[in-house]
Amino acid sequence: MNKFGIILSHTYLSRVKAKSFLITTIITVLFIFLAGNMPSILSSFGGSGGEDAGQRVAVLDETGEVFPDLRNNVQNTGGNVTLQRYEGSEAEAKEEVRDGTFDGFLNITMPSGEPQAAYFSMQGNPSALSQSLQQALQPVKVNMAAADAGVDPAVVEQLTSPVVFETSALEQDQGAQSAEEQNSARGIVYVMLFLLYLSVIMYGNMIAMDVANEKSSRVMEILVSSVSPVTQMFAKIAGIALLGLTQFGIILAAGYVMLQTNQNQLTGGVFQYFGLQHAEAGTFIYAIIFFLLGYLLYATLSATIGSLVSRTEEVNQLMAPLIYLIMIAFFIAIFGLNSPDNMLVTVTSFIPFFTPMIMFLRVTMLEVPIWETALSFGLLIGTIILLAMAGARVYKGGVLLYGKSNSLKDVKKALQLSKKE
Amino acid sequence: MTLTLDHITKTFGDTTAVRDLSLEIPEGEIFGMLGANGAGKTTTFRMIIGLLEATEGEVYWNGGRMTYAGSGMIGYLPEERGLYPKLTVRDQLIYLGRLRGMKKADIVKELEGWLERFQVPDYIDQKVEELSKGNQQKIQFISAVIHQPKLLILDEPFSGLDPVNVELLKQAVLDVKKMGTSIVFSSHRMEHVEELCEHVCILQHGQPIVHGSLKEIKRSYGRKNLRIHADFDLGYLKEVEGVVTFADVPDGCVLQIDREETAEHIFQKLQGRGFVRRFELEEPSLNDIFIEKAGTSYE
Repeated sequence: MNKFGIILSHTYLSRVKAKSFLITTIITVLFIFLAGNMPSILSSFGGSGGEDAGQRVAVLDETGEVFPDLRNNVQNTGGNVTLQRYEGSEAEAKEEVRDGTFDGFLNITMPSGEPQAAYFSMQGNPSALSQSLQQALQPVKVNMAAADAGVDPAVVEQLTSPVVFETSALEQDQGAQSAEEQNSARGIVYVMLFLLYLSVIMYGNMIAMDVANEKSSRVMEILVSSVSPVTQMFAKIAGIALLGLTQFGIILAAGYVMLQTNQNQLTGGVFQYFGLQHAEAGTFIYAIIFFLLGYLLYATLSATIGSLVSRTEEVNQLMAPLIYLIMIAFFIAIFGLNSPDNMLVTVTSFIPFFTPMIMFLRVTMLEVPIWETALSFGLLIGTIILLAMAGARVYKGGVLLYGKSNSLKDVKKALQLSKKE
Repeated sequence: MTLTLDHITKTFGDTTAVRDLSLEIPEGEIFGMLGANGAGKTTTFRMIIGLLEATEGEVYWNGGRMTYAGSGMIGYLPEERGLYPKLTVRDQLIYLGRLRGMKKADIVKELEGWLERFQVPDYIDQKVEELSKGNQQKIQFISAVIHQPKLLILDEPFSGLDPVNVELLKQAVLDVKKMGTSIVFSSHRMEHVEELCEHVCILQHGQPIVHGSLKEIKRSYGRKNLRIHADFDLGYLKEVEGVVTFADVPDGCVLQIDREETAEHIFQKLQGRGFVRRFELEEPSLNDIFIEKAGTSYE
């Protein structure tokens, strides 16, 4: 195996075998299972306290005109709510709610020929139950008012049915996409933004820590004497990338298993929500390319930063500006999700540090001219090459640099150390 | 395989760490590099292994320039410990050995042999941070020689070791030399250098002030030390022609004389004064030479 391979596999294996990797992966997987099963977990904790788990509401209807329609409406919504006509007094009903016989008590009065309701339960604030009761009561009231005014029920239905409203773009090449396409694009951009953001923060930090560790233990002096710094740096970056893929792979597999075993309304819902069903192959290819380039850019910077500090404690301090960069990119992208054609989004999509997120957003949500995409790619790749070259030199010089770090001055010193004078 | 340093100079900003240093290190010999702290020893070593680039001049290995392709031929023991604290001795050396182009099975075999030799075979599965400083140094030494380099650079290999371990390591260095390895070696301790090296170079402020084979240096230095232990007062010898310095020691004195004939002259002057228990003509020590040349005491 060549030296690149040796360093790559050493970086990867020593990390994969570490306890911290195992623990963070297990915690993430547990979290996914927990989140996936949230509805069933919640329902097993919540409920009325009765074994039947249904909710019972006492209804005191002084005229008796409202109750039948109301019960129909409630039943039609399909909830697990039972309405019971209550014959006793208001005070007695409240007492029974306190006892726990009923979950709530609805008092319907007809002060001026129209129904009015008062809802009593042990919680004062609006609950899902009170809202569904209110929704069920609304059409009853409308129907009664209409009947009073002598309006045909068919007319009422016409009046209350929602308007048909569709949006669609006239011409694709105008830079617009249909609403459905945009929604699906938005989902992919979301996924991509989070993945890139997390990767840069997690794995970028890991790279910087790894380099700083080698430096503080002075093993670096031996490494640099046997392998060129460029090989070392990129082998490390690739090793950590592989580690990230492993971790994402495990998490995705866990998520898939969870969806499969959890055969309820959730299955497919996740994909639908993120619009992944409608995504085109081209989008995925863009996602992969932008992700890799973005990772490479930030990983190179991280390795350079790691080589500048002399103690691992100083890593976080120097990593902060880099994290600000990715955060700015992230927030501009989140903003851009709602207005991808904004000037700010257009301009920042050409700044290499922001390109992986923002240009991806534009490419996915708009029809971007090919030259713009090509230009941003060129700028991004050029920056990566420049940073890698500078990084390798700083890396070589930084290895021999000890003492309190003072970022910018150190870069200068490190560069001096690495060159002839 | 010879190592040649051809007029190398290294400057860092305004300071010159090494100035116009030319050395020839013959194959299979131990070359001693001496100098006070900050004299430029470590900088020179770093230029030899390519960690730093010389501002002027070149380093040649066997007539060519050094590249990473040849890194398997070089062994390096840095001044400070350079090991992964969290890795076990085995994993550590497997990694470092493979980077020098060795196969895993060979590394383990060699490692076991070396640990046996250093009387620490149980350490193979221990983490380096759990070992004492002296034992870490043994591991560091093994990592520098395990791949049987053609050129071995030892920067202060004996610092922090007890006398027993110094002896152990010294013997190991001599054995490595027998395999035909050229060794460049720096130390604070003059006696280690005198014991091990055929050739030396004394650096001061980045410049070589003495350079050549140890025997040659001592011969050309001319002056010798004369140790006399006698029952009578020797103070009058200060006045003898050819005596450079005079130092009282218990039981007698140590004189530095300009050449061997002076010793004969003094020998005659001692006749008839009383009993002389010791009269010994010594080679000058490196320390003497260093003091003379550098004008300051070494330690």
